[in-house]
Amino acid sequence: MQELSVLIVDDEAPARARLRELLGDVAGETPTRVVGEAENGLAALDLLEHESPDVVFVDIRMPKMGGIELAQHLAHLPQPPALIFTTAYDAYAVQAFEVNAVDYLLKPVRAARLASALGKARALRPPPATLLQSLQPSLQPDGRRHLSCHERGRLLLIPIDAVLYLKADLKYVTARTKEREYLLDESLTHLEHEFAQRFIRLHRSVLVAKEAILGFERNGPEEADAHWLALVRDVPERLPVSRRQWPVVKSYARQLST
Amino acid sequence: MASIKQNPAGHRLPDFRNLGVMLRLLLGVNLLALAAALVQVTHLAAWPERYIDLAVWVEPLLLCSLLLLAVLRDLLWRLPYRLAAATVIALVALQAALLHDFWRFMGFAEGGWAAVARAALLAAGCAGAMLAYFHLRAGALSPALAEARLQALTARIRPHFLFNSLNAVLSLIRAEPRRAEHALEELADLFRALMRDHRDLVPLADEIALCRQYLDLEKLRLGDRLHVEWAIDDLPGEMRVPPLMLQPLLENAVYHGIEPSAAPGTVRIRFARRGDELTVELSNPVCPEGAHVAGNRMALANIRERLALYYDLEARLEAREENGTYIVHMVLPCRN
Repeated sequence: MQELSVLIVDDEAPARARLRELLGDVAGETPTRVVGEAENGLAALDLLEHESPDVVFVDIRMPKMGGIELAQHLAHLPQPPALIFTTAYDAYAVQAFEVNAVDYLLKPVRAARLASALGKARALRPPPATLLQSLQPSLQPDGRRHLSCHERGRLLLIPIDAVLYLKADLKYVTARTKEREYLLDESLTHLEHEFAQRFIRLHRSVLVAKEAILGFERNGPEEADAHWLALVRDVPERLPVSRRQWPVVKSYARQLST
Repeated sequence: MASIKQNPAGHRLPDFRNLGVMLRLLLGVNLLALAAALVQVTHLAAWPERYIDLAVWVEPLLLCSLLLLAVLRDLLWRLPYRLAAATVIALVALQAALLHDFWRFMGFAEGGWAAVARAALLAAGCAGAMLAYFHLRAGALSPALAEARLQALTARIRPHFLFNSLNAVLSLIRAEPRRAEHALEELADLFRALMRDHRDLVPLADEIALCRQYLDLEKLRLGDRLHVEWAIDDLPGEMRVPPLMLQPLLENAVYHGIEPSAAPGTVRIRFARRGDELTVELSNPVCPEGAHVAGNRMALANIRERLALYYDLEARLEAREENGTYIVHMVLPCRN
């Protein structure tokens, strides 16, 4: 049987060591080669720049970037690796995995269970986005910390703190940071929902980071067609505020000034 | 008196030395006096004045009774409830009679058997009413109920911790069997403590040892990410505290302050004795990334309720955030 390359992602060193040991134990049945270990999702994505393992074992609770967010970014890769979640105890997540036929291992992991997971690994498909989104409230209450963008074969991470505004054009959503724009493969509605704390809707097609708003200016003649433009820090663009959203935006701006 | 079962079984006479009980008595008797004043006056405007007149009689008697009952508490607890209650009522009535006679002697009141008997009867009625109140209250929080409540509240360790620890121990077995043995022994001790009868107070030294074992296990899996600093000066190790009051707070500190952060963090535990109060202060870094505030509040509310069951109003638990540090401050009355 062909050797499977494996990446282990867990914040606890003993847990990584244990999984490595067990992979050694089942090597007779399913030969594997550990191509790397990472202590959180961010470090794993770094590793994935150079390695393309067949299987990634992902712990759910980790600092910096947890397993659910990592899975969300991995889904954007052209050839995502098979993902197997490992968790000590997340009753809700485990139930969701069962329902969606996503593979998972409960720590402490049993060798037999590991072997069967590896056996199925090649056939595994990435966990559905809807499942990961539904796990968000309990496991990632603040939403993701990064957006991901797939560009020329690479996965780019954009820290959510750096995004000044999000704009929907025809098919794509673009995220604007101080430096440049990124094309995202996500819907504005979903982004608005996930990051409700951080962004406010100005227009049917624009979300702006609340902390990036500098002020508003009136545009056009005084009469019927007048509307407002939002000024955003670090970028020259002015973003239109729709008449429908203006009351909401205005009351938010009032809150700020008081 | 080593536990919530402090009173002999079925005994519902309150702990007259407890601050909460005293406060309830003071308020209760004064409420009765207010009601009595309302009954006596014909115009509402005269009510406060009448109450003050009454208070002159009531307060000295009330304070004397509180003192006497606090002194006699242990003796009273040895009697069966009915007898003890009758004794309390008789004592209060006797005090009222003596006090009334003293007022007569000082020239503030008229003498005569009728007046003395009236004072004694009123005082006895008042004492009876308060005893009945405590009897009902104890029924509502009856030992059985309170104990069941305590058992339910006594923090269960997070399953997350158990399984991760077992996993860490498994990872040690081949490479470092001795360390694995030691870790399993600590895990066993920890669970023995968790499954013990939680009603009894335990020596503070035991509780501290338990916390150290718990933190050792956490260090096993978190490695250098967890630092612990203890500050314990001259604590009476034989002092008794409710079991598993500290460990859940430490578990919170690790779960909310250390685990969600990639950078190492320090958990500090400081004990200080001030007069007859023991102060425990726990601090951990606030992790901006980890936001399970709700879970933490629930754990704190849980411990607060347990403290109330053990100490009524004499214990406090406060939590605050200060310059990126989360601090839990607990004050317990010292009891040996």
